[in-house]
Amino acid sequence: MTNLGLVSDRIRWDEKALIRAAAKAGIDLKVIDPKTTYMNTASNAEDLEMKFGEVVIQRCVSYFRGLHITAILENSGLQVINSFDVSLTCGNKLFTTLALSKAGIPAPKTLIAFTDKGVSKALEELGYPAVMKPVVGSWGRLIALIRDKDSAQAIVESRERISNALMQIYYLQEYVKRPPRDIRVLVIGDEAVAASYRYSSEDEWRTNVARGGTSKPCPITSELEEIALKAADAVGNGVLAVDCMESPRGILVHEINSTVEFRGLYSATKVDIPGKIIKYAMEMKKK
Amino acid sequence: MEARTFQSKCPECDAELEIPDDIISGEIVSCPDCGMDYEVKLTEQGEVILTPAEIEGEDWGE
Repeated sequence: MTNLGLVSDRIRWDEKALIRAAAKAGIDLKVIDPKTTYMNTASNAEDLEMKFGEVVIQRCVSYFRGLHITAILENSGLQVINSFDVSLTCGNKLFTTLALSKAGIPAPKTLIAFTDKGVSKALEELGYPAVMKPVVGSWGRLIALIRDKDSAQAIVESRERISNALMQIYYLQEYVKRPPRDIRVLVIGDEAVAASYRYSSEDEWRTNVARGGTSKPCPITSELEEIALKAADAVGNGVLAVDCMESPRGILVHEINSTVEFRGLYSATKVDIPGKIIKYAMEMKKK
Repeated sequence: MEARTFQSKCPECDAELEIPDDIISGEIVSCPDCGMDYEVKLTEQGEVILTPAEIEGEDWGE
């Protein structure tokens, strides 16, 4: 009996597409909403498999919820897409940057500071404009383009007021001179399956689809493919969206997402992404 | 077979909520009048239960 699980705290277009793809492939997909259940840390694999399936696609919209669920499932021997290590690395921009750096993958220059003093010194080195991002967060939330010292100070002061220790980790990045778009490459296992340009909307510099960005198909050149596969490998592989920028010094990888939202990529490329994810999960089971 | 359609009232403002017939449990519907978001649960009897959707957390995303 083939069984897969889908852990999801919100059924969006993407999750619905995965449910349909599984049904089309004749697979028994168990859909679990973690909001209405609890988990026993001492569960054995058999009990968990009954409920979650042997291979679990973890797609919680809440990063920490998903990460902790993955920890429990993996600890009992279930296979989770993506794995705990991959989710941990990709869920934190600093950890991702470190993994990319270790693997020698070109990335924007990134400095880390912990106080207003450190931020101001780091910005002297980076120059203006620069970009400040929270280490955990998504959809472009709280990502700031800093044009001068005064706005840097204002942003740091605002972040000091947010009662979240992670907000006191200041991730500062050079502002890359790029076209008004970035490139998203979807990597599934060892294959770069689709790529799109994401154009920022008017009056917005961030290219996130959640911020009104639009997706257009992007050819997967051999350079892009090589860099995306290496980047996916550097964080541990799985179903990953490798986000890149076209800079004057070539392609730079700035982020890797481990709970990929693929609606934009699908509408731009018409590649059967949900079908490919289900197939990848099934192949994982055979291993 | 007839297509299932669900009609419901917004618990917040009592406006008519049209729920698409291909909806599945866990999806979100928004009230066209007051904008409130609800998570839909379908019971085995085909009843629709609406609960206020979770609001975006600081760790939400990809």
